[in-house]
Amino acid sequence: MNSLVPLFVIIPLGSAFLMAIFGRIIKGFNKVLLPLALLFLTYLSIKFLLGAEGTITYQVGGFAPVAGVPIAIYLAVDGLSRLMLTIISLIGFLACFYSISYINIYTAERKYLILFSLMIAGMNGIVISGDIFNIFVFLEIASIASYALVAFGIDRQELEASFKYQVLGGVASLLILFSIGFLYWRTGTLNIADISTQLPYGGIFVKFIAMVFLVGFGLKAAIFPFHSWLPDAHSSAPSPISAMLSGVLIKAVGLYVIFRLFFNMFALSHQIAMIITVLGTLSMVIGGLLAIGQWDIKRLLAYSSISQVGYIILGVGIGMLILSRQGNTAVASLAIIGGIFHLLNHSVFKSLLFLSAGAVEFRTGERNMKKLGGLAEVLPVTSSTSMIASLSISGLPPFNGFFSKLLIIIAAVQAGYYLLALLAVIISIVTIGYFMKMQKFTFFNRSRVFWQDRNIREVPFVMCFSMIILALLCFALSLLMIPSLRDVVLTPAVNVLVEGLKYTNAVLGY
Amino acid sequence: MRGMTIIVRKITQLVAPVIFLYGLYIIVHGHLTPGGGFAGGVIMAGAFILPILANGSILPNLRKEEAGLELMESAAILGFLIIAGLGLLFSGSLIFFSNFLHKGILGKLVSAGFIPIENIVVGVEVCAAMTTIFIALTVFSEEVPK
Repeated sequence: MNSLVPLFVIIPLGSAFLMAIFGRIIKGFNKVLLPLALLFLTYLSIKFLLGAEGTITYQVGGFAPVAGVPIAIYLAVDGLSRLMLTIISLIGFLACFYSISYINIYTAERKYLILFSLMIAGMNGIVISGDIFNIFVFLEIASIASYALVAFGIDRQELEASFKYQVLGGVASLLILFSIGFLYWRTGTLNIADISTQLPYGGIFVKFIAMVFLVGFGLKAAIFPFHSWLPDAHSSAPSPISAMLSGVLIKAVGLYVIFRLFFNMFALSHQIAMIITVLGTLSMVIGGLLAIGQWDIKRLLAYSSISQVGYIILGVGIGMLILSRQGNTAVASLAIIGGIFHLLNHSVFKSLLFLSAGAVEFRTGERNMKKLGGLAEVLPVTSSTSMIASLSISGLPPFNGFFSKLLIIIAAVQAGYYLLALLAVIISIVTIGYFMKMQKFTFFNRSRVFWQDRNIREVPFVMCFSMIILALLCFALSLLMIPSLRDVVLTPAVNVLVEGLKYTNAVLGY
Repeated sequence: MRGMTIIVRKITQLVAPVIFLYGLYIIVHGHLTPGGGFAGGVIMAGAFILPILANGSILPNLRKEEAGLELMESAAILGFLIIAGLGLLFSGSLIFFSNFLHKGILGKLVSAGFIPIENIVVGVEVCAAMTTIFIALTVFSEEVPK
């Protein structure tokens, strides 16, 4: 299984360029190739998730370490990477399958699918890379593909959003490159595992690098003070792309790298943990409050993403705080399980919500809730899947969102952070509020039933299929609360974070 | 886009092949001397850009050229990936990017296994990409009404 690791980058990259060449000659080639490639990746990633154990390392080029110093570019696939790979491939496949129909409203279908494939390649690359410069390179592949995809509609609004995204994304990339340069200057290596052995513990310099990293990846993950690009970019993109951006990209590019670096590369410090937790809480509260006033469906969903990312960071941040002062490891891992579980859940229901919003836009051409209404009768599948996702994101049992929020709140109470627990509960209620507003004004408002006269039909089967699968996942992921299932999927990912600097030993094999 | 005077056009005609040859030299000696696929590719792109600048061009021709270059670019990247992937198949131990060809003698032109081949592919890719960027900008400035 070891040797299959590079396939996660080779397959999407290869299919991107095959599509560029043959898509022009053979009609329908792209629409067949990309879903099949992503389906295969999904199969492969699930096989990795269930079958592999421990950390798989892979040296690109086959250069063995010389005197204990790693020379080759390392790929390291551990529990957290495997979980992220599964999320990327699965959501990628469903969004791509949905695109087969959805893309008909645009003209440049070939370019869309090529960029989509490149984005997947970039995200997979980030997740499997054990080398910080390669993370940067893949991050740029994923980001640049997403800049182009956000601007895909080439209307005034979309171009403005893409421009804003590019400027802030460029600043983020610059800061990340800057801090990678600092790290290389100080340690003389780019391998994450090797850096963590070379990096001096504490000290103002290390803290400075950590802060620059946090700002850079915080911009990519749209944590609170750096969130201004997200509502524009995620609402202007074509809907399957919004689903990918909100559901997967900000997690693979932002959160995953933050967790990886701050748990496995830098030694945990209380100050950094406190900053991360506070930023997470602020994102959660402010994103939630800003979402209430939105009337554009996709903008509301985008603000909600900021809020839910706050939940993820809150969970993991509490775990980090406890670990940094050598507290109770069981509570810390409970908090981190909550965070990681919420990451998985959020990628499922947020993608579903964006796909449903896309289905509404596909049939009505309208995103403004003030003009919509009464669509539940003409779009039954879209309406019910959207309802499931809304209930799930608001944290109602028996949907998956309930359990992950519950874990975060229990962990916060057990760790003694009562204020954070209270805020998490309050924002959960606010979340129900704005999602019920969205449901009411889009699907149920009977005072505006004029959409029924306009001969609107349910969206095509291909689009329904993706939405139904995601809706089923909203139920099925609740099963991860069963300990034996949780130990297979979530616990390996959490152990990687809880064990912290042992990552080095696992990768370099000391 | 309008062309330039006959002096510029003649000089370009003389210079462009030499530039092309120099780019080729940089690419194929990539594993021995400074430079390589990227540097050589940029120089080679100069040999394609200069005649367009000197002689001028019309929009339909530029569009046709853009399509061809896009194909060349994609084929070159695909070639790079395939050569890297061949390492996966032929190295015997399933290693991506492994140098599976015979390494040859140090300092000779034909040596270093698959590195010169990868350099050539990178050169083609960079040349096509640079020219595409130039043509895209030209097409853009032609399309926008004055």
